[in-house]
Amino acid sequence: MKYMMMMNAPRGNGEYQINDWSPDDFQAHIAFMHGFNRQLSEAGEMVACEGLTPPAQAKLVRAGKDGRPVTDGPFPETKEFLAGFWIIDVDSAERAYELAATVSAAPGPGGTPLNMAVELRPVMSAPPDPSAPSLTR
Amino acid sequence: MTDRNTSTNCPEFAEHLLRELAPQVLGVVARKCGDFADAEDALQEALIAAATQWRAAGVPTNPRGWLYSVAMRRLKDRVRSESARRRRENEVASEREHEQPFVSPPDAELGLMTDDTLVLLFMCCHSALSPSSAIALTLRAVGGLTTAEIASAFLVPEATMAQRISRAKQSIKSSGVAFRMPTDDDMVERLGAVMHVLYLIFNEGYASSSGPELHRVDLSAEAIRLTRMLRALTPDNGEVAGLLALMLLTDARRAARAGRHGELIPLDAQDRSLWDRQMISEGTALVSSAFASGSAGPYLLQAAIAAIHDESPRVQDTDWPQIMALYGVLKQMSENPMIALNHAIAVAMVGGAEAGLALVSELDTDQKLRGHYRLDAVRAHLYEMIGDDARAILHYRAAAEGTASIPERDYLNLKAARASARS
Repeated sequence: MKYMMMMNAPRGNGEYQINDWSPDDFQAHIAFMHGFNRQLSEAGEMVACEGLTPPAQAKLVRAGKDGRPVTDGPFPETKEFLAGFWIIDVDSAERAYELAATVSAAPGPGGTPLNMAVELRPVMSAPPDPSAPSLTR
Repeated sequence: MTDRNTSTNCPEFAEHLLRELAPQVLGVVARKCGDFADAEDALQEALIAAATQWRAAGVPTNPRGWLYSVAMRRLKDRVRSESARRRRENEVASEREHEQPFVSPPDAELGLMTDDTLVLLFMCCHSALSPSSAIALTLRAVGGLTTAEIASAFLVPEATMAQRISRAKQSIKSSGVAFRMPTDDDMVERLGAVMHVLYLIFNEGYASSSGPELHRVDLSAEAIRLTRMLRALTPDNGEVAGLLALMLLTDARRAARAGRHGELIPLDAQDRSLWDRQMISEGTALVSSAFASGSAGPYLLQAAIAAIHDESPRVQDTDWPQIMALYGVLKQMSENPMIALNHAIAVAMVGGAEAGLALVSELDTDQKLRGHYRLDAVRAHLYEMIGDDARAILHYRAAAEGTASIPERDYLNLKAARASARS
């Protein structure tokens, strides 16, 4: 089953907080993420992953009256911002929780776990249950 | 097979032949080298080589011998390159052997080939593997599909699928599963695991049939092909016959079960003239002969239910009392609460929605089913049957929120919207 795993970075002030960290803390965090991605790949569970630019570059886009794009933003006041996401393909919900918890505990300043909020959403790609009621099949 | 006529040179023919031969050749190579993982890698390379070379130059006169020779050579190359790494400075590159003529495996080994395919299935579907690993490995080692094809069927990157397959082989290695036929005592359990994996593959195809399927392997057809193979190896097994029948009788409705935009069309609204008559008659014949020889396992019973649906000319002709009776028997055999839910539907169709709803309520406390959206979906249908649209809408919407299948969600939301427009 596939899940989207979204890592919400704490309080953006136009930039990610990580930019203010010491070089050692910064490097430890990046190394952790590389290690995590490698583990996911080796387990055959990685479908995709991307990091996103800071909120300062975010735009909200709507179609205007003539169909042309109307942009809004950036939104520096937002409390949390999506920093990156993974699409994972795992055997159980429990495994997805486990992976999300691992990311959540990525090291922050001084090596303290950040315990970030990681949002986990099932991707709608499930096959029907083999023995599901025939009324809906 | 010795003719090099035009039909044997077309790419489809080569592809089918390759996949037919893959498990047979793999069996011999694995037996020969004693390492399933290495043999599987070598065969995969041989298959990829064959796919390009046969397309360009035509199918060789002895395709099985060709694959065997190339796989064995790749195996030797591998061993050689490993030992070469260790003593590479001393050796000259020209040490490579002269090209060998292609040789067929000895006849005695050819005789073992059918058994080998069965042993391979037991290995790939071993309970030491997770379902997703078993599926991937079965499709590659027994189905003869490439990693790229399997990856695209499951919409994951090729590297991810490659990793999954190599981990599966690693698990087999570390669990010490031997490449041999299981004992009679183990047979039933191991065969059960094989049938389960084949059914999961079939079901994956069911899910993907409404998605972007261009250039994707048809997993349902592949599952049917592999189950036919299994049936040929175990002709007296009623459950294998039942599984094959169940697949055929379900897949027969394929053309009718989705609309032009992939939207779900439920059984009672399908255009039955689109059902595949040939598959239906093959499936029903399998069911009858398996029953006649005394079998009555879960797959066979489910196939029998599918046959009843398939043989009803119109939805109102459905023999619900018989379906109810069959689900009643199944319920005694199976721990699966989904069977009990199906039974409740059949009871409703025979004795009225209230009787069905009462049975559904009993399932509310079931550990595995509690909070499952299917409970809501069935309730919604049953409330709709008795004209309680308000409750039907509530349960349709709750069910739509719970499903992880897009066509199903859309269908449930549409049912809610229709009920809402009526009331």
